[in-house]
Amino acid sequence: MDLEPIWLSLKLAAITTILLLFIGVPIAYWLSRRQTIFKLIAEALITMPLVLPPSVLGFYLLLAFSPNNGFGEWLHRHFDLQLVFSFKGLVVASIIYSLPFMVSPIKSAFAHLPKSMEEASFVMGKSKVQTFFKVLLPNIKPSIFTAVVLTFAHTLGEFGVVLMIGGNIPGETKVASIAIYDAVETMDYASANYYALILFAITFLIVIGVFIINKNAVKSPFE
Amino acid sequence: MIAIDINKRIGRGPGSFRLQVKTVFQFNSVTRILGPSGVGKSTLLKILAGFITPDSGLIKFGDAVWFDSQIKYSKMVQERNVGFVFQDYALFPNMTVAQHLHYGSDNADYINQLLELGELTSLKERLPRQLSGGQQQRLAILRALSTKPKLLLMDEPFAALDSALKIRIMERLKSLFEEQQTTVLMVTHQDQEWEHPKNQIFNLLSQED
Repeated sequence: MDLEPIWLSLKLAAITTILLLFIGVPIAYWLSRRQTIFKLIAEALITMPLVLPPSVLGFYLLLAFSPNNGFGEWLHRHFDLQLVFSFKGLVVASIIYSLPFMVSPIKSAFAHLPKSMEEASFVMGKSKVQTFFKVLLPNIKPSIFTAVVLTFAHTLGEFGVVLMIGGNIPGETKVASIAIYDAVETMDYASANYYALILFAITFLIVIGVFIINKNAVKSPFE
Repeated sequence: MIAIDINKRIGRGPGSFRLQVKTVFQFNSVTRILGPSGVGKSTLLKILAGFITPDSGLIKFGDAVWFDSQIKYSKMVQERNVGFVFQDYALFPNMTVAQHLHYGSDNADYINQLLELGELTSLKERLPRQLSGGQQQRLAILRALSTKPKLLLMDEPFAALDSALKIRIMERLKSLFEEQQTTVLMVTHQDQEWEHPKNQIFNLLSQED
C-alpha cells in the first residue's frame, strides 16, 4: 500500500504549523492589545476561514495564485514561484486556512493575562520585548500548545482547499484526504479504508494527547 | 521633593469622577495615603508609576519632569526607577521566588538580604502557586525592592500579613528605606507603626464636580 499521501499530509501539517507559530503568535499579541476598528476588521478576516466553505476560499486562492492573474503572474515572474498545483501552494493556502486555529487560542490567552503582570515587568525597567519573552509568553504555554495541536490536526484534515488549488498530483499535492476521495471515486474501498483508518488513528491520538496534557485545565481545550 | 498637580477623569458616564491632586511629598519620607474606597488612591499610585496618564497637569521628581501635559511629555515607566507593590501582587506564575528577585537584580548578596528580610529564604525555589497569600504578598514587596527604587509605591502591602510578622517586616523595611534613601507612598488603612515626625499622612478626599 502506498504510504506517500500520509507522509505528504504529515509534512504539510508540520510545515504549516511551524510557519504559523511564527506568524500567529505576533498577530495574536497584536490583536490582544487595545481594540481598534482596524483590528476588528483584521480579526474578522482572520476568523473567516472558520466559517467559510473551504471551496470558496480555495476558489479565490486558485484565482489569486493562477499565473494568468496579477498576483500569480508577479510571483511567477519575480520569484519563479508557481503556487497552483504545487506543494508550496498547499503550504500557503494551509497557512491562510488554519490561521484562526493558531491565532484565536493564543489571542484569548494574552487577553486574559492580568494587565498588572505586564506593568510589574515594565516598572522593573524591562522593555516590551523582554517582558514578552520572559513574562507573557512563558505564562501562556498551555494555550500555545493547544493552538499548535489544533492547527496541526486541522491541516491534516484539510480537503476542500487542497482539492481546489492542489488537485491530485501524487507526491506533490495528493494528501491523505484527497487519496481517500480518489480511492472512493475509483471504487477502491480497501485503499480508502486504509487511509481513513490511519487518519482517524492519528487524529484520535492527537486529541487524546491534548486532553491528557491539559487535564489540569478545567475547560476543554476546544472551548 | 515630588511635586504633583494633576487632573484625571476616572470612568465614563454616570459614576465617573474627577481625581484632582495637588501636593508635594518630601524625599526619604514614608507617606500613608488614606481615604474612602473608590476615591482614586490606587489610581494616584498608578499615575505616579506611569501606568496611567493624567488628563492634564505636572509631575516632578526633584528637578526631573515625569509628566507635563503642556509639552505632552510622559517619562516612560521603565525610566522612572519606581518600585510598585500591586494590590493583586501581580507575581509571575512561571518564576520561582528567587527568579522574581533575579529579574530585578544581579546582586546575589542583595537578593539574599531581601529573602531574609521577607523570611522567604527557605522558600526561594517555590513558584507563586506554592506560596500562601501572606508569602505571595511578601514576595511582591521584595520584588519591588529588588531594583532599589528611589520611589516605592505600595497598594495595601500588608493586608495579608498577620500582625506579629507585619511588625517584624515593617521594622526591617524602615531600616532598608533609611539605608537606600527610599521615598515611600503607600495606600494603607491602619499601620500607625509608620508614624514618625518626618513621615506624613495624605488624605485623599472624594471630589465632586
